[in-house]
Amino acid sequence: MTAKQSPLQKASIIDVQTLDDLISTLAHAGYQVIGPRKQDDAIVYDTLRSAGDLPVGYADEQDGGKYRLVKARDGIYFDYVVGPQSWKRFLFPPHQKICQMRKQGKAFRIVEETAEPPCYAFFGVRACEIAAMKVQDKVFDNGTFADPGYLGKRNAAFIVAVNCGRAGGTCFCASMNTGPRAQGGFDLALTEIVEKKRHVFLIEAGSVRGSEILAKIPRRAATGEDTAAALAATDRAVKGMGRKMVEDVGPLLKRNLEHARWGEVAKRCLTCANCTMVCPTCFCSTVEDVTDLSGSNAERWRRWDSCFTMDFSYIHGGAVRRETSSRYRQWMTHKLSSWFEQFGTSGCVGCGRCITWCPVGIDITEEARAIWESEGRR
Amino acid sequence: MVQEIGLDQLIREHPFFEGLDDATLELIAGCAANERFDAGQYVFREGQPADKFYMVRHGSVALEVRAPGRDSIVLQTCDDGDVMGWSWLVPPFRWKWDARATRLSRLVSFDAICLRGKLDADPALGYAMYKRFVRVIAERLANARLQMLDLYGAGKE
Amino acid sequence: MKEMTALKDPMVPAPFRIERVRKELSDTFTIDLVSAERRRAFSFLPGQFNMLYVFGVGEIPISISGDPADPETIVHTTRAVGSVTNAMWKLGAGQTIGVRGPFGTSWPVEKAEGLDVVIVTGGIGLAPLRPAIYQIMSNRAAYGNVCILYGARTPEDILFRKELEKWRGQFDLQVDVTVDYATGRWAGRVGVVTKLIGRGGFDPHQTVALVCGPEIMMRFAVEALAERGVPNERIYVSLERNMKCGIGFCGHCQLGGDFVCKDGPVFGFDKIAHKFAIQEL
Repeated sequence: MTAKQSPLQKASIIDVQTLDDLISTLAHAGYQVIGPRKQDDAIVYDTLRSAGDLPVGYADEQDGGKYRLVKARDGIYFDYVVGPQSWKRFLFPPHQKICQMRKQGKAFRIVEETAEPPCYAFFGVRACEIAAMKVQDKVFDNGTFADPGYLGKRNAAFIVAVNCGRAGGTCFCASMNTGPRAQGGFDLALTEIVEKKRHVFLIEAGSVRGSEILAKIPRRAATGEDTAAALAATDRAVKGMGRKMVEDVGPLLKRNLEHARWGEVAKRCLTCANCTMVCPTCFCSTVEDVTDLSGSNAERWRRWDSCFTMDFSYIHGGAVRRETSSRYRQWMTHKLSSWFEQFGTSGCVGCGRCITWCPVGIDITEEARAIWESEGRR
Repeated sequence: MVQEIGLDQLIREHPFFEGLDDATLELIAGCAANERFDAGQYVFREGQPADKFYMVRHGSVALEVRAPGRDSIVLQTCDDGDVMGWSWLVPPFRWKWDARATRLSRLVSFDAICLRGKLDADPALGYAMYKRFVRVIAERLANARLQMLDLYGAGKE
Repeated sequence: MKEMTALKDPMVPAPFRIERVRKELSDTFTIDLVSAERRRAFSFLPGQFNMLYVFGVGEIPISISGDPADPETIVHTTRAVGSVTNAMWKLGAGQTIGVRGPFGTSWPVEKAEGLDVVIVTGGIGLAPLRPAIYQIMSNRAAYGNVCILYGARTPEDILFRKELEKWRGQFDLQVDVTVDYATGRWAGRVGVVTKLIGRGGFDPHQTVALVCGPEIMMRFAVEALAERGVPNERIYVSLERNMKCGIGFCGHCQLGGDFVCKDGPVFGFDKIAHKFAIQEL
C-alpha cells in the first residue's frame, strides 16, 4: 500500500478560504480555471473566477433516469458528485474545426491555422474522471496515430482532483477500481474534511508543477489524524455506493454476444444516445462539411457521434446495425469488453452518468448482472 | 500421336464418381459415350425426354430458357468437369431447359434409361448415385440463390 | 509530459492534383492523382486505402487500385454511389482532391511467396486486389500457380476487362471470369464466382487465398475454399465498414474489438471467422 500512502505522507492541510487562493494562484500562473458550477439546476463545468462560483451547499440525488440538485449541508463545497458533463468536452470538444480550405482557381489549398491550445486548470476532477481521461489518452494516441489537438490540451491541463466523500446514487467506481480516491493522474488532490469542529481540506501534490502551485498558498503539514480523517471520508463513499459491476464482465459479454437480454433491453432503449453523450470515455465522432455561400471556402468539423444512431454503421446499401438490440450491444460490449482488446483497459470507469441520464433508467450494472446471472451465478 | 484417354479412365478419375466400386464404375462406363457439339448446337431441348446425363470434358454448355421477343436467357453454363442434367432422375423425365454448346464442346453422355432400371433394381447403387446427384442439385440451388441475390447490384441508396 | 507542438494532425488532408479521370463502367471510374505540393513519392502496400476529400462535399475511404511500383501516381477506382463519389467523377484534370493515407493492413503478398495464390473477387472487389496482382506479376517466379477467379453482374460490368484479357493470355496465369447474368453475345461462363473455386488450378494445401467482394460473396467463397481444403489462416478477406477517419479515432468501423480501418481492412479469416457468424455485430 506504499503507492497509496506516499502522497498522503506529503499531504498538507489548507483552510476552506484558501481554495480561493488556489484558484487565483492557478489563474495567475496562466491557467483558465474550469470547475463545477450550478447552472440550470445541474452541476456543469465552466469558468471559475473564485471559490464563490462553486455550488457550495448543494448535493445531488441521482438514480436511474433521475437527477435532482438539492440544498444539503451548509458550507460544504463538494457534496455533489458528477453531473451531465465531463471534462471530455474541453479536451475533445463536441464540435471542433479540423481544417479550413480555400479555393484557388481549379485547385484548393489548406489554410494554415496556428492557434495556441488553451491552457486549462480542471478544478474538482473526480477519481473516475481522471480514470476517464487516461482511457481517452489511449484512444487519441493509439500508437500509430495521435491527435495533436487533444494531446496539446491534455498535456497542458493542470488537474486539481477532489476525492469523493459521498457516493452518488448511480456511482459504481469502487467496483471498477477507479475511485473514489484518485490514485495519481493529478497535479493536486483535495479531500474535504468535515468534522464537528473543523472544516478543512487535505491537499496532496501529485506532480512537480502541483508542488510549485502548492508552495504558493498558505498551508500546514498534515498530521496522522488529518490523513486518517481524509481516508475515512473516501471510505464513507465506498460504503455508500449502492451499485457494483459484476466481476470479469469483459469475457462475460464476449461469450454472450448472442443473448436474449439484448432483445429485452432493446424494448426499453430509445436509442436516444444520451448515454454516449454523457459518458466521459465515449469518443466516437463524425465529420461535417460546410461551405460558405460563395463556395470558395470550405471547412471540416468534427462532431461527437453515437453508435446508437442508424447512420453510424451505414455502408453502401444500408446500416449494419439496424436493430436497437445490436446498437445497445455495440455500446455496452464496447465499453465493457472489446475496449480491453483495443486499448488494454475497460472503457467504463463507473461514473454512473449513463444510468442517471438514461430517460428510461437503463442501468449498465443491472444489464451486466442479468447476463451474469443467466449463466447460473448468484 | 495424341494419347486418347479411355472413357473408363476418365470416369475413374472424375471426383463425381469417387468412391464407387469397380463393378459400378464398369457398369457406368458401359453406359457412356463420347459426344461432340459444335458452337450453337443444342445438347438437349426443353420438354424433350431426359434419357441422358452428361459430363463436360472440354467446352461450355449454356442452360437456357427461351422467351418470346428476346434472346434466350442463360441461367448458367456448365464447363470443364461439370456434371450436367438430372431431369432423368425426376419424373416425368423431361428436360426443364435448353442446353446449347456455346463453343465446340466434348461431352461424355450416359445412357439414363439403362441406368434408371439398374438403380431401381439395386437400392445400394441407387443410393450411391442419388447421393452424388443430390450434391449437384444442392449446389445448383445454392448457386441459383446467390445469383438471384444480385450481389454486385446497385443496392439501395 | 512531452511537447507535442510539432505533431501533424492526421485528420488534415494533403492536396493532390487530379491527372486524369476515366470511366471504367457505367457506374465506375478511375481517378489518377499526383501530389500537389511537389512530386513526392507516395508508397503504399496492396490492399491499403486512402481517405479522399472533395472540396466542400465530404471525405470517403477508397482503396488504392494502382501499381505499388509507381510511387508518383496514386490510382483509385470506385463506383459512383454517393454524394462524394458522384462529385468526384465530375472533377477534371488539374483540380484538387484532399488525400489522407495510406491506411490499413495489406494483402500478404510477400508471405505468399513460394505458394500458389488464388484470388477470388467479384464486382468492384477487383480494384483493391489489382495492386496485389501487379506485385505478384512483377515477381512471378516467386509463386506457384496463380489463379484469378472473377465474377461480375453482367459482361458489361467486368472491371479492368482489357487487363483481365491480357492476363488471361499469359501462360503463367489462370484467369476465369463468370457473370451472374449473360447479356448480348457473351459466350463465357454464367454462374456465381464461388463455382470457379471448385476447379481452380491451385493446390489447396499450398495456397494463399485473397478474397474481396460483397460480404455475402466472401462468406460463400470462404466456404468453397474450405471445402477445397484451404485452411482459414491462409484465407484473407477485405472488409467494408463505415469510416470517418481511417485512423481509429472515430469509432464507426468497429467490428467487435477490431477497427476495420486500422486492424483491417485486410484480415486473416481465422481472426474474424467467429465475427462473421454474428449478425449486426
